[in-house]
Amino acid sequence: MTTELFIQYLMAGITYGSIYAIVAIGFNIIYNTTGIINFAQGEFVMFGGMIAISLLQYMPLPLAIALSVAITMLIGALIEICFIRWLKAPSVLRMIIITIGISIISREVAVHIWGESIRSLPYFIGNEISSIPVLGARISPQVLWVIAVSALMVVCLGIFFKTTSVGREMRACASNRKAATLCGINTQNMVTLSFVLSAGIGALAGCVMSPITYSQYDMGTGLAIKGFTVAILGGLGSSGGAVAAGLLLGIIEAFSVSVVPLAFQDAISIAILLIILFVRPQGLFGSKEAAGLSEF
Amino acid sequence: MLKIRNLISGYDKIKVLKNISMHVDPGEIVTIIGANGAGKTTLLSTIAGLVRTESGETLFKDTNVVKVKASDIPGLGCVMVPEGRQVFATMSVEENLLLGGHVVQKQGKQLLLELLEHQYELFPILRDRKKQLAGTLSGGEQQMLAMGRALMAKPSLLMMDEPSTGLAPLIVKEIFQIIVRLRDEGNTVLLVEQNAKAALGIADRGYVLETGKIIVQGPAGDLLANQDVQRAYLGRDRAE
Repeated sequence: MTTELFIQYLMAGITYGSIYAIVAIGFNIIYNTTGIINFAQGEFVMFGGMIAISLLQYMPLPLAIALSVAITMLIGALIEICFIRWLKAPSVLRMIIITIGISIISREVAVHIWGESIRSLPYFIGNEISSIPVLGARISPQVLWVIAVSALMVVCLGIFFKTTSVGREMRACASNRKAATLCGINTQNMVTLSFVLSAGIGALAGCVMSPITYSQYDMGTGLAIKGFTVAILGGLGSSGGAVAAGLLLGIIEAFSVSVVPLAFQDAISIAILLIILFVRPQGLFGSKEAAGLSEF
Repeated sequence: MLKIRNLISGYDKIKVLKNISMHVDPGEIVTIIGANGAGKTTLLSTIAGLVRTESGETLFKDTNVVKVKASDIPGLGCVMVPEGRQVFATMSVEENLLLGGHVVQKQGKQLLLELLEHQYELFPILRDRKKQLAGTLSGGEQQMLAMGRALMAKPSLLMMDEPSTGLAPLIVKEIFQIIVRLRDEGNTVLLVEQNAKAALGIADRGYVLETGKIIVQGPAGDLLANQDVQRAYLGRDRAE
C-alpha cells in the first residue's frame, strides 16, 4: 500500500469515525440522564440533514443549518414530552421499545415528506472536486469540516457536563434519580433537556456529513447501529471512549475495503459489537469500577 | 415547623399509613421508631412528596405540601436523607455536595462555597475524600456524605431515614453525636430509626409506629421507661 493510499484510507476512516462518535455521544447523553438507549438517535441525524436541505431553498446555508438544528431540537423535546414523560416508573425495556417505535414513525414521516430520493447539502466550501493536499493524498475540505465540527462538539459537551451546574445535574439524574429529586432537581426537565441536546448534536452532525454521505429518509437505521456499536465499544456513557471507539471503527471499516468487498463493511461493525458484548461488556475504555457503580 | 393531620397514604390499593397525626417543633429532635414494615419510611417519603397522599394534610411552616411536587419540597426547606444513603455513586464527593446545594444555588456562589466549607468542617473525612467517587466510600462515609448533601440545602427540617442501617456500632455513635450537634446548632431533625434505644437516647420526643398507626407518643425519656415500648422495641421483658 502506498503512503498516499494509506493517508486516503486513514482520512476516510477518521471522517466516518467522527460521525459515528457523534451519534454515539448522542446515545450517551440520553443514556447518561435516563439509563435508556434512544434508538431514534439516527433519525435525529436524518432530520437534521433533510430539514436543512429543504430550508436551503429559502435561505443561505449557515442559517438553514442553524434553523434545522433548532427544529430538530424541538422535535427531540416533543418526542420526550409526548412519549417518555408521562410514563410512570417505566422499565428500561419498555422505554427502549418505545424509542424503536419512535424511530419507525420518524422514518415513515420522513418518507411521506421527502420521498425516497437521495439528497444532499452543497459542500460548505468549494465543490465535489475541490481538494486539499495532505501528505501526498488529496482530501475534500468537507472532511475537515466534519472532523473539526465533531471535535468542537466533543470539547463543548465535555466542558458542559464537567463544569456547568446543569451538566452536573444531568449526570446526577443518571446516577440516582431518586436522590436527584431529593436534592430538588426536576428530573423530568433534565430528561427533556437531554433529548433536546442529543437531537441538536445529531442534527448538526447530519448537516456537516450530508455533502459526503448524502441524506435519505432511512439513513438513521444504519447510523444508529454503527453509533450503538461505538457507544458500547467505548463504554456506555463515556464521551472520550466514544471518540476513541468511533475513530477505531471508522478506520477499521475504511481499511477493510482494501481486504474484503465493500458489502462486508456493515458486517464488520456488527461482528465487533457482538465480540465486545461477549468479551468486554463494559467496553474497551469503560472502567469496571464505574460500570459496577452504575445502575444499568 | 411540621404538622401532620389525619394522614392516609400508601402505594396504589395498599394503604400503609392509617390516620397519622403528629408534629415537629423547631429546634427539637423527634424520632419515629417501629418495627420493619410499620410504615416509617412511607411516612417520610409521603412528607417528601415521593409517595402520594390519599387524604389528610401535611403542614410545613403552615403551608399544605401534599400537592407539592417532590422536587419542589427541598426548596421549601424540608430535606430528606434517604434510607440506604443514595449517594450519586458515579460522581465525586464534592460534586455530590454541590448537587445538594441545588436549591440555594440561585442565592450565589459565595453561599454555596460557605456551605461546602461548613460540611467539610462537620465531616472532615469528606474533605480528604472530596475527589473520590462517592460509590467507593465506606458505609459510614456515605452516610456522612448523604447528610452533608442534605445540609447543603440549608434545610429548616432535616428528615433522616434509618441512618444507622448497616453501620458498625462505633460509626452509629459518631453519626448520632453529629445529629445532636446539629440540633444544638439550632437545626430541627425528624429521625426515623429501627435502633430504638439509640434514637430515643438522643431524641427530645418520640412516636412509636405500628402497622401504620401511632400507638404511643411522648417525651423520649417516658418512652424509654414505657414497659410496652421496652418489651417490643428495646428487647427487655416485663419480668426484668
